[in-house]
Amino acid sequence: MGGNNVHALQGIDLDVHEGEFMAIQGPSGSGKSTAMNLVGCLDVPSRGEIYLAGQNISTLHESDLAQIRGRKIGFIFQKFNLIETLTALENVTLPMTFQGIPEDKRTRRAEMLLRQFGLGDRMDHKPNQLSGGQQQRVAIARALAVNPPVILADEPTGNLDSKTGKEVMKFLRELNEKEGKTIVLVTHDDLLAREADRIEFLKDGVIVQSMHVHRRK
Amino acid sequence: MLKDHAYIAFSSLRKRFLRTSLTMLGIFIGIASVVALISLGQGMQDAINAQFASVGTDKIIVQGATGGFSPPGQNTAGIVDKHDLKLVSQVSGVKRAAGRLFRSAKVDYADGSEILFTASIPEENEGRELVIEANNIKTAEGRLLKPGDRKKLMVGNNLWTKDKFPKKVVIGSKLMVNGAQFEVVGLLHKIGAGRDDAIMMNEDDARDVLGEPEQYSAVIAQIDAGEIPSNVADRILRALRRDRHQKEGFEDATISTSEELINSVNTILGVVRAVFIGIAAISLFVGGIGIMNTMYASVLERTRDIGIMKAIGARNSDVLLIFLLESGLLGAIGGAIGVLIGIGLSKIVETISREALGSALQPAFPPYLIVGALLFSFTIGVISGVLPARQASKLPPVEALRSD
Repeated sequence: MGGNNVHALQGIDLDVHEGEFMAIQGPSGSGKSTAMNLVGCLDVPSRGEIYLAGQNISTLHESDLAQIRGRKIGFIFQKFNLIETLTALENVTLPMTFQGIPEDKRTRRAEMLLRQFGLGDRMDHKPNQLSGGQQQRVAIARALAVNPPVILADEPTGNLDSKTGKEVMKFLRELNEKEGKTIVLVTHDDLLAREADRIEFLKDGVIVQSMHVHRRK
Repeated sequence: MLKDHAYIAFSSLRKRFLRTSLTMLGIFIGIASVVALISLGQGMQDAINAQFASVGTDKIIVQGATGGFSPPGQNTAGIVDKHDLKLVSQVSGVKRAAGRLFRSAKVDYADGSEILFTASIPEENEGRELVIEANNIKTAEGRLLKPGDRKKLMVGNNLWTKDKFPKKVVIGSKLMVNGAQFEVVGLLHKIGAGRDDAIMMNEDDARDVLGEPEQYSAVIAQIDAGEIPSNVADRILRALRRDRHQKEGFEDATISTSEELINSVNTILGVVRAVFIGIAAISLFVGGIGIMNTMYASVLERTRDIGIMKAIGARNSDVLLIFLLESGLLGAIGGAIGVLIGIGLSKIVETISREALGSALQPAFPPYLIVGALLFSFTIGVISGVLPARQASKLPPVEALRSD
C-alpha cells in the first residue's frame, strides 16, 4: 500500500491452548481483527513469530499458509462470506475441494453437516435464498468441513438477531465441549465474550487484561 | 480437481449472464466468420477441383482472346474456327481435339419461354467422345446424341428436374429453339456449374439455329500420355502464331491448361481467404481484449470471493486456475456459439447459391475446422485471462476479505 506502516499490534504475547474456548475482546480499532488474521494464518507479522502446533508460520509463503488454513483452521465471519454463485452444499464442499478430497466423500460429509445444522432441505439453495441465520449455519458447516482443530469466529453474531445469535453461540460452545475444538472468538461484545473460558482484552494494539470466566456447569 | 475449478468458474459466468454474453459477442463474430469463410472456401475449392478432376489434367483449352482495351462496340476479340481446330489437332503431342460452340438461344416449350445456354456436340466420333468424356456427360433417361441425329437434343439436369417450363420436359418433348423444332432424346445427369442449365445438340444443327457457320467458342485438345500440358500448350500457341502471322505476345488466342486454371483459381481463393481471415483475426483480437476487460472487472467484483476462497484453503494456483478457466470458458463458449453461427451462415449461403445459381456451393466442415476453432477460441480466452488471473491469485487474503 505504501505510506506509513501502522502497527495494529505491538508486543503482544498470546498463547492459545488446544481445546480451549477463548475470546479476544476489544473496541473497534483495538487490533483484534489483526490478531485474528495472525492467529488464522491469513497474514504474517512484520516482526515477531507465530507458532502453530510447534511450527513457526511467520516465514511461510502464502501458498503454504493456505495449506495450513485449509487443513487446520475453520473461519466463521460476521458477514457469513459465502460464495454467492454456489449453493449451500457447494459452499460447504469448497474447502474439501481445495484439499483434493474426492467428490463423493466431500459431498457425503457436506450433506451430513448441513443436516446436522438443520439445513437438510436447503442444500441446493443459493445464499441469497437463505435467511441470515441459515447462512451463518452454512458458514459454520463450511468451517467444519475439513474437521479442523481450530475454529476462528469473527463477530459471528454481528449480523444476526439476538435469538439466532444465541443459537450460533450454542453451536460454538457445543463444538468446544463435545468435539474438543479450539475456539477463538473475536468480538467487541461483552456478553458474547463471556461465553468463552478465557477473555483477552485488547486496546490500542496491546493486551490490557486477561480474565478467566468461571461458569457453572 | 480441474472439473471442480471449472465448475466454480462456470457458476460465476452463469451469474453474470448478460455481461458474459456481451463479452462473447466479439469472439463469436470472429469465430463465426472464420468457420463460414473457411468452410465455404473449402467447399468452393472442392467443387472446382471436382470439376477439373472430371475434365482431367490432360486437357488444353484454346479460346479467342478477348480484346482487352478496345473501345466499346469495336470487337477486337480473336476467334477460333474450323481451320484452327484442324491446326490444333495436327500439333505434335495432341492426341485428339474437338471444337465446341456455345451460344444463348431462345427456347419455347408449352407456353413457356427461356433464354438457354446452347452447346454443340461434335459430329465426328473422335471429338464427340472427347467432349462427352471431358464433361462427364451421362444420360439419366433416354440416350446420348448419335452422329447424324438431326433436330434432336439432350437437356441439362435442371431443365427436367426443376420446373423451368410450365410443363415437365420428358423424352419426346418438342422444344422450339430459335424457332426450329427439336425433339428431346436424352435427359442428363447432374454435371455441375452452368452445364446443368444447357441444352446440347449436334454441331450442324447448332450452326443452323445459332447462325454460326465457321466459328467455335473453344477448342479442347487432349494431349498424348506422357506429354507435359504446358509444353504442348506452347506448341499449339506457336502453331497458331505462325498460321496467323502474329508476333509473340500479340496473339489473339488464349490457351489454358487445366493445371493453370486450377492454380489461378486456387491463388484467387487463397487471397480471398487470407483477406477474410485477416478481418476475422481483427475481430478475434478485439474479442480477446473484451475478455480481458471483463476478467479484470470480474476480479475486482470478486475480490471478496477470492479472499474467502483463500481463507478456506485455496492456494494462489487454485485461484489462478479458476480465473484462467473462467476466461477460457468465455472464449470456448463464445467459440462454440460462433461455430454454430458459422455453420448456419454457410448453410444459408449454400441455400442461396442453390436458388440463385442452380447449383449448390457445398460448404465443407472438416473436423480440424470445428475442433481448431474451439481450441483457438479457448486459447484466446485463456491468454486474455492471464493478466487478470495473475492479479487475482496474488491478492493478499486479508486485503481481499476486507473489500466490499
